[in-house]
Amino acid sequence: MANLLQIDFGSDQDAVVGIDLGTTNSLVAWMDLTGPEILEGPGDERIVQSVVAYTEAGEFVVGEAAREILLEQPERAVYSVKRLMGQSAEDIQGELRLFPFHLAADQDAVLRLRLGGKTVTPPEISAEVLKRLKANAEYATGKAVKQAVITVPAYFNDAQRQATRDAGRIAGLDVLRLVNEPTAASLAYGLDKRKEGVIAVYDLGGGTFDISILRLHNGIFEVLATNGDTHLGGDDVDNLLLAIALEDLATEWGEDVAANHQIVQRLRRAVIRAKEELSFAPGVAIQFSHAGRSYERALTREQFDSLIADFVEKTLVSCRQCLKDASLDPGEIDEVVMVGGSTRIPLVRLAVERLFRAKPHTELNPDEVVALGAAVQAGILTGSVEDKLLLDVTPLSLGIEVMGGVVAKLIHRNTTIPASASETFTTAVDGQQNVLIHVVQGERELVKDCRSLARFDLKHIDPLPAGLAKIEVRFLIDANGILNVTARDVRTGKEQSVEVKPSYGLTDAQVEAMIEESFEKAEADLHERQVREARVEADSILLALEKAKGNQAWDALAEDDRERIERKHNELLTVYHSDNYDLIRTKIGELNDSTMALAENMMNTAVNSALKGTKI
Amino acid sequence: MHQTISHNGRVRDGEGFPAEIRAQVESVSPDFYALFGYAETLGIDLDDLQKIFYERSRQLHPDRFARASAGERELSLRASSLLNDAYRTLRDPLKRAEYVLSRHGFDVGQQRSNNVPPELLEEVFELNMALEELRSGDEDARDSLEAARANFLAMRDEIDCGLSGAFARWDVASRNRAGEGASAARAMLAEIRGSLNRRRYIQNLLRDVEAALAGPAA
Repeated sequence: MANLLQIDFGSDQDAVVGIDLGTTNSLVAWMDLTGPEILEGPGDERIVQSVVAYTEAGEFVVGEAAREILLEQPERAVYSVKRLMGQSAEDIQGELRLFPFHLAADQDAVLRLRLGGKTVTPPEISAEVLKRLKANAEYATGKAVKQAVITVPAYFNDAQRQATRDAGRIAGLDVLRLVNEPTAASLAYGLDKRKEGVIAVYDLGGGTFDISILRLHNGIFEVLATNGDTHLGGDDVDNLLLAIALEDLATEWGEDVAANHQIVQRLRRAVIRAKEELSFAPGVAIQFSHAGRSYERALTREQFDSLIADFVEKTLVSCRQCLKDASLDPGEIDEVVMVGGSTRIPLVRLAVERLFRAKPHTELNPDEVVALGAAVQAGILTGSVEDKLLLDVTPLSLGIEVMGGVVAKLIHRNTTIPASASETFTTAVDGQQNVLIHVVQGERELVKDCRSLARFDLKHIDPLPAGLAKIEVRFLIDANGILNVTARDVRTGKEQSVEVKPSYGLTDAQVEAMIEESFEKAEADLHERQVREARVEADSILLALEKAKGNQAWDALAEDDRERIERKHNELLTVYHSDNYDLIRTKIGELNDSTMALAENMMNTAVNSALKGTKI
Repeated sequence: MHQTISHNGRVRDGEGFPAEIRAQVESVSPDFYALFGYAETLGIDLDDLQKIFYERSRQLHPDRFARASAGERELSLRASSLLNDAYRTLRDPLKRAEYVLSRHGFDVGQQRSNNVPPELLEEVFELNMALEELRSGDEDARDSLEAARANFLAMRDEIDCGLSGAFARWDVASRNRAGEGASAARAMLAEIRGSLNRRRYIQNLLRDVEAALAGPAA
């Protein structure tokens, strides 16, 4: 039996969104009929600050509200959590001096933070930001959002990528693809309007820096090389200014306030304001007052430029290496695109312009361009964008540990992904049943200088004399830049079992547990969610009905059929704004049932006119 | 000859993947040339190679299969990684030659031979002396290192020139695979392998010289 809901008006599909999960700010976008568009949440929330707090009431809050808590109760809030993704407690010792992260006492492969008495991992914190973006997108589109493309810095390693994907899963999102931020930006810029060319994307955000060089060819975006630093960004500039202000306060007030997180947070706000103003004014003053005392320090553009000279030079070193890896001279770059809030700094623009001898593109808002590009990539994956294709590369070489702690490289950096390599392993001792493979990422020759990625345990090998067993292990980096490993017994051709022990990050079981916990928490919100979903469903049948009324099938309908539909239509409208989702659903069902004759008429009309070769 | 794949991964003629690609993906020793519809030759038109690579990428990339079945997604992942491997190998004349050599049963391990090619003995001896001098702080050694670098670059160019001639000759000879032609072609490959080894040796020397020249003066 046909009914209205089965006729596809193209309005009831889930939306696939693109998300820029940034160090400082996060945004969500989708492909509208006219192109990529940023989605705004309630209260026109366009940008969600990547700040998460855990309130005394035992709830997570995100964005501006969390920012307020950060100022009053710094121990309950965390910002720039992207710096911690895929890291261990050991990795971030250097950051702890500058960022008010509170580590939990128990640390294992996953970093754990204390947030107002609760122990949480970085992926769980990022998941809170993602949940907010998901809700904003659902609010803006009126559709359910279950699938997303999420951007990551191009220079993110495997552990950082996995952590981002875990965050998506915990937030209830099926992460269709992780896409590199600079490449996403190039998609948004519509640079493929020029059919051929080589472009460089310079992406300096709040906490990360990437440079990518791409060749464009009729809609194909082929990345030639990428380089960067996942711990270099605007945060570092803030820290330089903060250090000066703290030193001043120590001298002028005779008081070391560095340990007072509350003061430090307010002071940080003051220096950030000064930094931002300096992008437009030749000089500013850092102003701060506390407990009746005030502090003011003048800062000229010139002083600021010399303060950040080393910082800017670090990014240029990456750029030069990237050019070298792409076998290009600076003059061969046709266009340069600037991405990320920190590219508003005049010295940064000047340095990039000098290096590439090209005036950089700054037409699109550098805070929004990555999210817009992620939406374009979502369009590519769903098929709504057919002419573009991104061919990205792996930023770091992949290797295995061999005798003497030396790395044997299997897949080199800047190899187009998906990429694979295989290697055959054997046993060293009679009857040996396990072989352990240590996989690392990095450019250095020794294992100790590279980043441990995981240990793969080949288990249950048939017991044989030493050297007889032959296990072929296949390393495959997928289009997300994430490693997949499979193994095969060459003698028998059978699949060989591999147990993965990630060096950093959550195991699958841990992620599952977090998803479950997240769902339990979500039960409180379930009611509201069901109401919202029922209304979305109501919207789609109301829209379908409205369209059907313009169809000649409506006029052909018997009088009492039409009356019944109108009655059910009114009944649905009456309950539409109630909180009783069961009732809304019942009324949707009744209206839908009442439209059977109408739907059948419509189908017949469609068939008839198709037979006559006319359009309805 | 190319089949068209719609965005949701279904081939319009209903037969999953292009059969010739699928065969290569499932093969134990895939044929890189077959992926591009080429016969095995040492000379390749790089513009044409790139064109086919982009076409095949549009067809096989996982982005085109994001909403396809798990089986098709897996096949697309394997096919596009194979395509990328093949492109990387074929577009680089040296990797391409090594690939062809290995297909013809030659051993082309990347071992850095410690045996100095006899004709280079004198140069290597002088180079090591100059490197030693620079290390012990003798800045005059820079001049001889610069000279050595120019010398090695010239040798490398000469080898490259010889290789491209040898590639063309093999492409002609290998078309005639019967009887005497086959053994002549094989002898050419052996000669090419010799040149590749020599080139690799010179390349390593160049790397050492350049590292020494770029490094901090002692």
